[in-house]
Amino acid sequence: MPQKHVVATADEIKPGARKLARIGNRDIVVFNLDGEFFAISDRCPHKGASLCKGHLTGLVESSGPGDYRYSRQGEIIRCPWHGWEFDVRTGKSWCDPGKVRARNYVVAVVPGTQLVEGSFTAETFPVSVENDYVVVEA
Amino acid sequence: MNIQHQRIRPQGKKLGLVDVDIHPKSSIEDLRPWLSNHWWHYLQTYGSRHRHGYVKGFPFPKSQPQAARRDAWPDNGGLPGSDLDLMNEQLLDLYGVEYAIMNPLSPTGQGEQNADFSAAMAFAANEWQIEGWVKRDKRLKASVIVPYEDGEASRVEIRRRAGNKDFAHVLLLSRTSELLGKKRYWPIFEAACEAGLPIGIHVFGYSGWAMTNSGWPSFYIEEMTEHAASCQAMVTSLIVEGVFEHFPSLKIVLIEAGFAWLPALGWRLDKHWKRLRDEVPHLKRAPSDYLREHFWVSTQPMEETEKPEHLLDVMDWIGWDKILFASDYPHWDFDDPVLALPPSLDETRRRKIFSDNAKALYGFA
Repeated sequence: MPQKHVVATADEIKPGARKLARIGNRDIVVFNLDGEFFAISDRCPHKGASLCKGHLTGLVESSGPGDYRYSRQGEIIRCPWHGWEFDVRTGKSWCDPGKVRARNYVVAVVPGTQLVEGSFTAETFPVSVENDYVVVEA
Repeated sequence: MNIQHQRIRPQGKKLGLVDVDIHPKSSIEDLRPWLSNHWWHYLQTYGSRHRHGYVKGFPFPKSQPQAARRDAWPDNGGLPGSDLDLMNEQLLDLYGVEYAIMNPLSPTGQGEQNADFSAAMAFAANEWQIEGWVKRDKRLKASVIVPYEDGEASRVEIRRRAGNKDFAHVLLLSRTSELLGKKRYWPIFEAACEAGLPIGIHVFGYSGWAMTNSGWPSFYIEEMTEHAASCQAMVTSLIVEGVFEHFPSLKIVLIEAGFAWLPALGWRLDKHWKRLRDEVPHLKRAPSDYLREHFWVSTQPMEETEKPEHLLDVMDWIGWDKILFASDYPHWDFDDPVLALPPSLDETRRRKIFSDNAKALYGFA
């Protein structure tokens, strides 16, 4: 059963920013896309680089030579090594989404009032009722 | 970052890992102590004259700034590959590297139009490797950078370094202004044999010619793929011109050229040789014999075959003693030694590629 882990205060990861969290022996990178939070495994499924150190970019598509469309700005993480692109929302790679994907995790923003009552794993993270927190299920 | 340290299993120490392709980076100012006042002022006043003329920088974008891993920029503001501490953290200490061969690509003066300036820059870049790197970390080995368009000047630089065990090989770039088997380059081969040094040929450089027979391609992905084609022409020239008949102890290391194209080249050469042998009577053996005897290959970037056994078949053709591990640190297409080789390789072959082959070739203790 996945447990819920508090990894940050909600205002710590600003829109467009990311945070690397270590949960157990797993490294998970949490992204804030315009107020929505997403979490994927930090380990690139291609050759193991840290995706957290990658360049956050958009999606370039084309219907044919000479036509370029750039969309979804800030929602694609490009691996810092070989440039594999992963959809931050799903962890799927663009080139081989069926086979090559970074595992994604459920993320929620939870008010501190619920956290101090609930069964959350936050031993190393001080929680107070005044704040909202980013919680990853892993 | 500490988290990454914990994650990767440092199996290098156990293997005695040898990395035959890393790229330390200097600024022009770093080379100043070994450039004469004349050449320093020349450089300030006139600058470099690369063979692909009329453009500054690279003819194609490099996918990532400085063609480097995004995580390889040092905090001190320097360029990727300029900082030994970060190199330790990301490569040498992290993987337990026993030896790493430095192949500086620029600024080194290679391919400069002004031959004397090219020689002066090569000399400075060689001194810089020793003073700036090898003396600080004995795991690092230098390359003898030579002004390869000038065979005699290259011979002088190789003789200057002969016998110095801090140098692992002579370094050329693959795109020379004429095919590499031509006689103008033979002084390099002769001097390398005299010094007992292999010649490492790293892809890139700019020859002054378009990089395909039909001109310049449109995209960087074409440049990256084209190395296989231009290296075939280079290897063919070395073999067919009779270089290995004349220099039987010559050893060539193809660096960053890929290698899955080698068997096909050998088959094609052999087929034609059987019919056209009398055109090239100086060849005493089938071309593929020279290929397998005189050439080593480095791993990065390996072709990624759909069926893993296809890659093993290619390696088997080239020879399990002829394949050397290379990471290409700090460039963007870096190979992590933990994940670079096919998982099905047995321990003996893994050890050969990671360590034994390079130690035997370079005479590392």
